[in-house]
Amino acid sequence: MTIEDIQNEIIDEFSMFDDWEERYQYMIDLGKDLPLINDQYKTDSNIIKGCQSKVWVHAEMKDDKVEFTADSDAIITKGIIAILIRTFSNQHPKDIIDADTDFIDKIGLKEHLSPTRANGLVSMVKQLKMYAIAYQTQLN
Amino acid sequence: MFNVQDIRKDFPILSRKVNGKSLVYFDNAATSQTPQQVIDAIIDYYANYNANIHRGVHTLSQEATDLYEQARQKIQAHFNAKFSHEIILTSGTTDSINLVANGFSSLLKKGDEIIVSALEHHSNIVPWQMLCERTGASLKVIPMNEEGELVITDFDNLLSKNTKLVFVNHISNALGTINPIKYIIDKAHQVGAAVLIDGAQACPHIKPDVQALDVDFYVASAHKMCGPTGVGMLYGKEDWLNKLPPYQGGGEMIAEVTFEKTTYADLPHKFEAGTPNIAGGIVFGAAIDYMNRIGFDAIAAYENDLLNYATEKLLAIDGLKIYGTSKNKTSVISFNLEDIHPYDVGTILDKLGIAVRTGHHCAQPIMDFYCIPGTVRASFSFYNTKEEIDTLVEGVKKAKMMLS
Repeated sequence: MTIEDIQNEIIDEFSMFDDWEERYQYMIDLGKDLPLINDQYKTDSNIIKGCQSKVWVHAEMKDDKVEFTADSDAIITKGIIAILIRTFSNQHPKDIIDADTDFIDKIGLKEHLSPTRANGLVSMVKQLKMYAIAYQTQLN
Repeated sequence: MFNVQDIRKDFPILSRKVNGKSLVYFDNAATSQTPQQVIDAIIDYYANYNANIHRGVHTLSQEATDLYEQARQKIQAHFNAKFSHEIILTSGTTDSINLVANGFSSLLKKGDEIIVSALEHHSNIVPWQMLCERTGASLKVIPMNEEGELVITDFDNLLSKNTKLVFVNHISNALGTINPIKYIIDKAHQVGAAVLIDGAQACPHIKPDVQALDVDFYVASAHKMCGPTGVGMLYGKEDWLNKLPPYQGGGEMIAEVTFEKTTYADLPHKFEAGTPNIAGGIVFGAAIDYMNRIGFDAIAAYENDLLNYATEKLLAIDGLKIYGTSKNKTSVISFNLEDIHPYDVGTILDKLGIAVRTGHHCAQPIMDFYCIPGTVRASFSFYNTKEEIDTLVEGVKKAKMMLS
């Protein structure tokens, strides 16, 4: 599936919910379900420091696609990471570079990607793209 | 008579909705809300008096100057300073601390010691670290205990003839602990050290008397006292302020300027370079008037009642731990739910219209002491109610249910 397909799929899933509580509960469950990152990659060099919650990101190249794993110490942050990883992981670097995150707005979670939120997610998206740019350079 | 429902009518923001819910504002330790009387004072200044001060011969300038200097006198009276020129108007507590730290650069040398406390806000740690880097002086720290109180016997042992400065907050912003500042001031003076007390968190709750405390420097911000942001004050004993060199160069702070030599203005203007925050200074005075009309005894009694009520209700939630359990504390409750990140709790509370602070509260050393990433901090003001605390308690229970 393309990044856009996956994002549309996520928008569909979230459209089933009537209020914020259901949306958040779903996101929290997504965060709980996923073992997001191998412990050996939860190192200081992979950490993205938000003022409030921490985010760890690890990237690997497999068959010309970038595979991301990530984690956070806060569960709501982790839920959004799960959504972002689902869209960006196992995609070609070029597609990751070109992708946007507007769908987060459409599923009613826009405030979490605000730069004032200090949860590390804005930096995380930047970091995912930086990895993609680095791998794209290798492919060229 | 103290009537919270009447008081709430003074604060227009308290009737707004957040995320579809009635706002419950419990982030008062970060900034207080602004009553209509103070908002009116801002409008009145710009509508009727706006002019640059201290220089103009025209009527507006003189009226604005009078208002600004009257505000300084109100602040002097409020803190019971001996002279109005001992009150320096700054951009806030952080600015005030930096002014003093900068001034001491030329007075300290290698081997001198500065004592700070483990309960400090970053703004009362970093400027002193920078001062130590500039002068070769070293920084000593008064440790804290599990209750979030300073271990005062360790302070006694840190004091020596090398101690030149002691910096302690009056009340901890992260935990609400009221520190024994009178004891600290007296002990520090016995070895000849100067003392700066950061009163940012104390001034919304109590009325400090700088002469009774015999403190050398006391600093505060207007925006935590129902006043505007971007203005605060430094009280300094006249002798100390005369000893410190100017902080910034510019207009207002000079007596005479030639290219060979400049002589500086007298206090307080020596430390007030450039056009000050004129409206801010005047409205700071209006905020102090507002709080004094309500009365600090009534404020303290009411807030203490809120604190006891909230402490009891919150502790009834299974798995909730309060950090900062000193008997001497103000209406601040820092807490966590077991195995739940404070950021998650704060996010759910926000969806319910409840404003709390989450994170390390610019006091990372305290969080490191407790081995936690941060806390949820609810801080209560005299315009909050027990009903709002009930809303918070229900919100925390809901957050716990959703996040467990």
